[in-house]
Amino acid sequence: MPDFFFPAPPGHFPDPKGYFGAFGGQFVPQALVAAVDQVAAEYERAKADPAFVARFEDLLAHYVGRPSALTEVPRFAAHAGGARVFLKREDLNHTGSHKVNNALGQALLAQRMGKTRVIAETGAGSHGVATATACALTGLACTVYMGETDMRRQAVNVARMELLGARVVPVTSGSRTLKDAINETFRDWVAHVGDTHYLFGTVAGPHPFPAMIRDFQRVIGVEARRQLLERTGRLPDAAIACVGGGSNAIGLFHAFLDDPGVRLIGCEAAGHGVRSGKHAASLSAGEPGVLHGSRSYVLQDDEGQIQEAWSISAGLDYPGVGPEHAHLHDSGRAEYRPVTDDEAMTAFRLLASTEGIVPAIESAHALAGALRAGAELGPDALLLVNLSGRGDKDMDTASVHFGLEAAR
Amino acid sequence: MSPLTETLARAKREGRAALITYLPAGFPTVDGGIEALRATLDAGADIVEVGVPHSDPVLDGPVIQTADDIALRGGVRIADVLRTVREVHAATGKPVLVMSYWNPVSRYGIERFARELADAGGAGCVLPDLPVAESAPWRREAAKHGLATVFVVAPSSTDAQLAETAAAGTGFVYAAALMGVTGTRSTVDASAAVLARRLRAVTDLPVCVGMGVSDADQAAEVAGFADGVIVGSALVSPFLDGGEGLAGLERLTSRLAAGVRAHAG
Repeated sequence: MPDFFFPAPPGHFPDPKGYFGAFGGQFVPQALVAAVDQVAAEYERAKADPAFVARFEDLLAHYVGRPSALTEVPRFAAHAGGARVFLKREDLNHTGSHKVNNALGQALLAQRMGKTRVIAETGAGSHGVATATACALTGLACTVYMGETDMRRQAVNVARMELLGARVVPVTSGSRTLKDAINETFRDWVAHVGDTHYLFGTVAGPHPFPAMIRDFQRVIGVEARRQLLERTGRLPDAAIACVGGGSNAIGLFHAFLDDPGVRLIGCEAAGHGVRSGKHAASLSAGEPGVLHGSRSYVLQDDEGQIQEAWSISAGLDYPGVGPEHAHLHDSGRAEYRPVTDDEAMTAFRLLASTEGIVPAIESAHALAGALRAGAELGPDALLLVNLSGRGDKDMDTASVHFGLEAAR
Repeated sequence: MSPLTETLARAKREGRAALITYLPAGFPTVDGGIEALRATLDAGADIVEVGVPHSDPVLDGPVIQTADDIALRGGVRIADVLRTVREVHAATGKPVLVMSYWNPVSRYGIERFARELADAGGAGCVLPDLPVAESAPWRREAAKHGLATVFVVAPSSTDAQLAETAAAGTGFVYAAALMGVTGTRSTVDASAAVLARRLRAVTDLPVCVGMGVSDADQAAEVAGFADGVIVGSALVSPFLDGGEGLAGLERLTSRLAAGVRAHAG
């Protein structure tokens, strides 16, 4: 068995048509059917090919720096009802987030398919940076679409992508954020499908992306489960992660699906609160619908128009969510909780000041979820939190939020 | 024979392609859109497609997306789309199709949408992102209400997909002339004629070609190998910045109508 790459074991979703229960599927225009089918077929071959698996494992170990650390954070945990809290440190990966696991996997797949060009969308920039990095490493041309609003919020990451050789294209349509960047990337793909792979960034989109990206991210939970057992001799009471599209969360959750004693808690961005209308909590406040090629929970009006999402975190600012999360939500296996901007920023500052770790604002939503879960479960609880990324990219936002020196 | 099928058959008898015009409902306003669609039919179009404006029109280029945005900011609702269908059909008697991304139809309710569209005199629906494999519930309701279901195929579609799609569709097959999104192009892509020929081998349905057509010469060229020529973005442009509005729309439609007749006889 490979050490790092863990395709989902048999018996787990999706079904052959790409459905997780009632969610998923392949709602793409005919022009893209051949392309997504090619990705699906090539991925099936790749995951059974020892050479592909070996190359991926090698990169995860010697380029990404896996396994990532598991860090206990007692000073932070003192604010979480005294529960023991462990952080899975995806922020220590090369490029600073979990996104690199998937970007490398798909870049290798693009090479197998003989594609010479990769396109991607990005919100906060983490996926764009990971994709630009993977393309620099593998010699693939790279174009990244990014909402104009997000380019302003994440200027440092734009510069990083350009330095890595990627072309960053501002998207000025719609809400000028992640959702519109995805639309624009699909448009590019339709026009250039012959030589171009769409390196999708999260566990949403048409089949096979939700399952394939989950498999590339499943390493997070498999490592964390093993590390926690070694360190504490038991499984966590809850595994907690932030959920925008949901790739870091599914990567963590999947290793615990068959452990009924482990509560799976996804923290959605509630922005100014789910009743304010300014949020990104698709599972807490959305309805089933079709967006970006799959059926899942979506923020939409009563006539199927997609609503703009809001979060202080550009990375969670998405009006949909991966279909496997929709299934875990409806089946009750995972619970999804809204976390407001203010709660997330409180946890952001708390982790920095108690443990010397500056989390991504995305990940701070999971930390806020842990503070709440710890208070509910009490001092005997053992909590595992996925620290999906580091906060360097978010310093401008944080400086403004807290009125720090750089903001003045 | 349905009015849609009859219209396409009549054009064929006249030795020409039909002209199919597309505009989103609610653009530039609901009443303005009704007037514009009627004007294209009066100026020589045979069939119209009324677009359901969508927040995420992923198959459309910037021109139609801009029109959709204007319509949505103007507050267009599905009731307005249906009123557009009703009034355009009542005024002209010509076939009126609706083109919609799947989520608005699915969310509105498949049965309800089919029933209300048929009640409004609609001829059917073009559904560009509904996979054939997912389409059975819609097709059941559409058939019950006498509505055509038009699927869109692309140059990248395999022969098996073309056959499957054509077998599931009714009315006509919408062939995308090129790999890309809607919008005008300076030339007709060579892949359009190839795709039309591949479709002829697997279906007897009329083959209508759209995407990229913007002037009379292009319409004439496409009419040489297709049963229908579909024009959208070029008709939106007269209403955007610096356009000539309704007068420009009528002039362009007349030229396109002449274009599809260039090979007649």
